[in-house]
Amino acid sequence: MHEHDVLVVGAGGAGLRAAIAAHEAGADVAMVTKLHPVRSHTGAAEGGINAALHPEDSWELHAYDTMKGSDYLGDAPAVETFAQDAPDEVIQLEHWGMPFSREEDGTVSQRPFGGLSHPRTTYAGAETGHHLLHTMYEQVVKRGITVYEEQQVLDLAVTDHDDVEDRECHGVVAYDIASGEIQGYRATNGVILATGGPGQVFDHTTNAVANTGDGYAMAYRAGVPLEDMEFVQFHPTTLPSTGVLISEGVRGEGGILYNDNEERLMFEYGYANNDGELASRDVVSRAELTEVNEGRGIEDEYVHLDMRHLGEERILDRLENILHLAEDFEGVDGLDEPMPVKPGQHYQMGGVEVDENGHTCIDGLYAAGEVACVSLHGGNRLGGNALPELLVFGARAGKHAAGGDMKEAEIQTGPSAESEAGEIPDGVDVGAVDAGSESVAADGAAVDAGTVVESEVQRQQERVDHLLEDEGVNHAQVRDDIQQTMTANVNVFRREENLKDALGDIREARERYRHVAASDPSRTYNTDLMHTMETRNIIDIAEAITVGALAREEFRGAHWREQYQERRDDEWLKHTMLAWSDGNPRLYYKPVLLEGEKEYEPKERSY
Amino acid sequence: MSTQIEQEQTEEQTEAEPAEEAEQSPQDRRLSEKKARAEAREREEQAREEVRDADDTVRIKVFRYDPEVEGKSEPRFDDFSVPFFKGMTVLDALIYARDHYDSSLTFRHSCRQAVCGSDALFVNGQQRLGCKTQMADLEGPVRIEPLPHQDVVKDLVVDMEHFYEQMEAVEPYFQPDELPEGEREEQRQTPENREKVKMSTRCIWCGACMSSCNIAAGDNEYLGPAAINKAYRFAMDEREGEIQKEDRLEIIEQEHGVWRCQTQFSCTEVCPKDIPLTEHIQELKREAVKSNLKFW
Repeated sequence: MHEHDVLVVGAGGAGLRAAIAAHEAGADVAMVTKLHPVRSHTGAAEGGINAALHPEDSWELHAYDTMKGSDYLGDAPAVETFAQDAPDEVIQLEHWGMPFSREEDGTVSQRPFGGLSHPRTTYAGAETGHHLLHTMYEQVVKRGITVYEEQQVLDLAVTDHDDVEDRECHGVVAYDIASGEIQGYRATNGVILATGGPGQVFDHTTNAVANTGDGYAMAYRAGVPLEDMEFVQFHPTTLPSTGVLISEGVRGEGGILYNDNEERLMFEYGYANNDGELASRDVVSRAELTEVNEGRGIEDEYVHLDMRHLGEERILDRLENILHLAEDFEGVDGLDEPMPVKPGQHYQMGGVEVDENGHTCIDGLYAAGEVACVSLHGGNRLGGNALPELLVFGARAGKHAAGGDMKEAEIQTGPSAESEAGEIPDGVDVGAVDAGSESVAADGAAVDAGTVVESEVQRQQERVDHLLEDEGVNHAQVRDDIQQTMTANVNVFRREENLKDALGDIREARERYRHVAASDPSRTYNTDLMHTMETRNIIDIAEAITVGALAREEFRGAHWREQYQERRDDEWLKHTMLAWSDGNPRLYYKPVLLEGEKEYEPKERSY
Repeated sequence: MSTQIEQEQTEEQTEAEPAEEAEQSPQDRRLSEKKARAEAREREEQAREEVRDADDTVRIKVFRYDPEVEGKSEPRFDDFSVPFFKGMTVLDALIYARDHYDSSLTFRHSCRQAVCGSDALFVNGQQRLGCKTQMADLEGPVRIEPLPHQDVVKDLVVDMEHFYEQMEAVEPYFQPDELPEGEREEQRQTPENREKVKMSTRCIWCGACMSSCNIAAGDNEYLGPAAINKAYRFAMDEREGEIQKEDRLEIIEQEHGVWRCQTQFSCTEVCPKDIPLTEHIQELKREAVKSNLKFW
């Protein structure tokens, strides 16, 4: 059994930032990660980091843009904290040696990004995430912070008090991928989930294969509600064959979208007459798919993104990485021809419910980065807001978990924040297939801090033994079915019958998952077993997304519904909450906080 | 035969009685086993059909080794035929073989866009990233092996521990002379200086260079091209002062540092991010000479 003050699960941007902050607050901190830190998916982020650095810019403007982008589903205390802390975080990163792109006078460059009223996106070429990840890992090495790598965390060690808000998290249990051993990790101060996004729920995604949403599913099953999961961001410019991301920076620098008639679609068809290609991501994604659906797509699948007119020098200076991606993965020379692009799953706006300090409703359990929902992005995330989010809230979670002195949170969490009960729509069957045999959190066995990690180790050992020794269904087919149904039915455009079809398929996947087993019996680096365990997480998250999408009968941000073509503020200015209760999801709502230091009046979103 | 999976079934079936599931009746269990077998058959048949229907198939010969499993602990090559599609990469072929033929086939991969650095492999005799290597560019059957000169953990997975240790041996973190005064002030860097270190910052720690290096193969303590490149990134940054630069040069000048490099350019040749590694090593040698001369 390993023991530390603070455990950080996941070692991407949010995890590294949290670990550094906890270390600086004096805690003995360790990171437990499925990959090696530099393999984390933060490295794939391209565009940049928003922060109001210019004297003529301000945190107020950044907060306002973020709130407007969120389609008024962001919580003001989160949005304001974010916009206020972001500049310090960016400068901090600069002081750690992050190789930002520079202006002639040696200051960091900032460029325009979608939905921003000021060019406030700092960047390092079109590979900002790579540099951010490596720069922060360097700082972790410098500080000698312990990293347990290639450890797949299987579950949280949480006491099972009946009331979720009485539960405490005392650690995690992980599977050592290289040796096949189950290991217990005890945290005396807190566990921070920083496990990244769940892109693998979908078939066409920009996300890495490792992004199976493990943190969402673990927190959910331990009793923490998932918030606003129906809000899935589809990025408008991904390569059709692989889902590889073509940064918004291309449009930020002036790239243009064309349909098959070589028309500048954003203007020709009136999708965004003010901002054109730089409208926010949900708007551009819908525009592209509408073009394809109306027969103006290229090969009935995609549109063209053209950057040739920017000139070789500018492209090489600011977007060189894009040339390599287009060449390597699509065989297209971006200097000579336009690049094929279409929308692909990119980011999960919703997530594990936390407050501004990263704290969940379970004592000692935190979340930060994409896995968390402090409700910053609401219905739609602005490009360039993910990296500052993981810096700001990673740092806050780390500091709070280490016992740092912080202001009390204004955002309320947990079932006691409920404002209104919800109902899972009729005619769908959700939740555990057989709750009786499922190991749910509250079975009354572990309320003692001393034994909760050990009993979880035992439980996970049994699970792994069973998966290795028994024969059963291969996970790959189950996972593939989920990915296909989500892409077909819960994509950019959503129809009621499709959402119900998806829930039917998810149910079927749950049935089949009961009989799943790894066919590789090896205890050494068993990726078959790893993927089998991840698939369960994928099923739970797919269900949460789809239930949320079916329940929200309006059109807001990235969530488009065929029957409901308007934002309905009178009824839906509220967060969708889904809580796992004895194996069954319970749906309820909590209000959106539109009042912080400033007040945000919902307005029509126009670009 | 090209449509057949020419893989020997050497693996011992696990005969262990399945652990009794709490709530499952024997009938249920038999039913689910039957279903599983039927599904497995269906999948295999489907995979074969896909291979038959494909206009074209490609063959890969994959290195296999698992110390844990009887019959797999002797290294061998398995052949797989996979349906070819335009744009197929080496990683795509491996994933197809794993998901359709043999789920125990083991390799690291994650971002599949050439930035996580986890799928460096030895493909047709050269270190390459699986995800950015097009099958169409390779002569078949494509031979896929783990990175040479590293211990094999299983199949295509190698032990990266030593590589990471070398990376960390060069103090791989920025140590500026001083931080600017005043709130939110940057440490200004000229665009020219950024340009100078730019390529060196692109390293994704895939380990291809280290694996291709003859010197590293013969001298386990040699820092190797990736670690020296990391030192270059900081030593050439104008914001680290002279004293810090001297310290860095001292680290890379040690017995197993830059002077071991025999400029064979193999690291530069295989680097998937086009970093001029050999040049960086030579430049550090020159810097080291200059700095030694200063004290004479």
